[in-house]
Amino acid sequence: MTTTAPEAGRSPTGERPRRPGRRPLTLRRRESRAGLALVAPTLLVVVAVIGIPIVWTVVLAFQRVRLATLRRTGLFGELTLDNVDRVLHTPGFADTLWTTVLYSAGGTVGSILVGLVAALVVRRPFRGRTVVRASMLLPYVAPVVAMTFVWQVMLDPQLGFVNDWGRRFLGWDEPVPFLSQESTALWTVIAFEAWRYFPFAFLFLLARLQAVPGELEEAARVDGATPTQRFRYILLPQLMPVIALIGVLRFIMTFNKFDDVYLLTGGSAGTEVVSVRVYQFLTARTDIGAAAAQAVVLAVVLIVFVAIYLRFFGGRREGA
Amino acid sequence: MDRDRIETVSLRWLRRLVIAAFLVVTLLPFWYMLVLSVRPIERLLLDPGSLLVPFGELTVATYAEVLKSVEDGGQGFLAFIRNSGIVALAATALTLVIAIPGAYAVSRLRFFGRRQVSALFLAVYLFPSIVIAIPLFVVFTRAGLRGSLVGLVLVYISQTLPVSVYMLKNYFETIPVSLEESAAIDGAGRLGIIRRVSLPLAAPSVMAVALYDFMIAWNEFLFALLFLVDRPNRWTVSLGLSLLADGVEVPKTVLMAGSVILTLPIVILFLASERLLTEGLTSGAEKG
Repeated sequence: MTTTAPEAGRSPTGERPRRPGRRPLTLRRRESRAGLALVAPTLLVVVAVIGIPIVWTVVLAFQRVRLATLRRTGLFGELTLDNVDRVLHTPGFADTLWTTVLYSAGGTVGSILVGLVAALVVRRPFRGRTVVRASMLLPYVAPVVAMTFVWQVMLDPQLGFVNDWGRRFLGWDEPVPFLSQESTALWTVIAFEAWRYFPFAFLFLLARLQAVPGELEEAARVDGATPTQRFRYILLPQLMPVIALIGVLRFIMTFNKFDDVYLLTGGSAGTEVVSVRVYQFLTARTDIGAAAAQAVVLAVVLIVFVAIYLRFFGGRREGA
Repeated sequence: MDRDRIETVSLRWLRRLVIAAFLVVTLLPFWYMLVLSVRPIERLLLDPGSLLVPFGELTVATYAEVLKSVEDGGQGFLAFIRNSGIVALAATALTLVIAIPGAYAVSRLRFFGRRQVSALFLAVYLFPSIVIAIPLFVVFTRAGLRGSLVGLVLVYISQTLPVSVYMLKNYFETIPVSLEESAAIDGAGRLGIIRRVSLPLAAPSVMAVALYDFMIAWNEFLFALLFLVDRPNRWTVSLGLSLLADGVEVPKTVLMAGSVILTLPIVILFLASERLLTEGLTSGAEKG
């Protein structure tokens, strides 16, 4: 397996001039062994704590398991399509999936738009820029539990300042229970998502913006392009690949998200996303089989989305 | 000229306005948290709209209550801080010990399956953490690791390893191979090269990775909830705050003091190392 030399070596010991005979081979072999040995702990942890559990979840999804009966079920016990069938036909599953899609798409688009505006306004140096930049990153690094709690209190009908101000200055008749009524809960959660994760888009877009050569814009300016035109025809095309990449990453992360929705609403008022539902099945009903089946459905849907996305956008990017 | 002039001038003003708006929107929740944590709950109920601490209201009794142990009539956050601290520090240290050799190997050595390692890490990220939570819940229940901090540390290591290896690998690749070669010629072994040459050069990046790992472990919620929920003396700060916030018994102002305690270490760490962290995470992004 190590007899072929695929590429020029970058290893300090691999770059020594080759002598005829069998010595280079043993060097390569030794390098390969060292590499495997050094990477082994990483692999071991990732495979044991992430890889095997993923496979096991897939197996569990096709078994009839509850926490109480777990001891009697082996890893390769009787397989059944029962769970998947039951999950797909439980009332509310389609709603949950649709909520998850709305939530992920809304959160992704929102955070990228806000992040783009943020990156554009702090692009050029001004006094206090470092402070502004650092404070813009705070929502992203701060603990999710603290942030959701502050939002909950802020929007609380009795305690929160938002409702107090709304009634005093905006003439609201009634306090608005943002997080507990169907008409506002999902939008509030999406707004939270945009608020908390725009720094992610902001960071990457700012880094990309700063790498756009100044001559490009200068040339456009000389040709008479106004600032908005320069953005539309010079900057935006430069940013598009990064925006596409952040889009996939954020969509995946939001789709898999549990903390934010669980902490803000607990999944009530039409905000139940799939991961929260899996959690409910796992803890409240201790129905491991059904929980696993839902988790697998979640992963499959996500993989399909990403595959479609890559098919349409990944190809175009390479062609451009 | 006209349109260009109008746009330039109005955009200049718009830009200032937008920056101000961003500052308000990002900082207001933090400010609000701080203000509420030092107001008595009775006053808050009377005047919920105040964003300043009205004169004479300032109190730190909330902090005393949240920190005191349950036996002394408090909420026991001091113990939560200890738990969170132990877990986060242990996870950070162990992640670094595992990730540094791994990242070095991926960046420098040719071995069977080297390319697949990166792909594997990416694939892992496609799966929701709730997917791996189910079997871990089952295994940890059986092995008696559920309800222990050791199990939590193990999970946090696995969660931070891929990104840690990725960030370190990017940095190792920028170190000139010739430096390591000269060490090799001087007779240093593989581990000696890592310890004496690569590691000192990569110190800023190792620092950034350590901070990242610490923040992830300190902030984590889902696994703490799954594994520790019925063990109040093992709760982390995140878990304790969220569980107490669910009930109605504890005044919100006291819990606000709790969230300040939860948030403050992270904000301080972040502000002290902002440049280091953002550069570590986005290095390579500007290549498009």
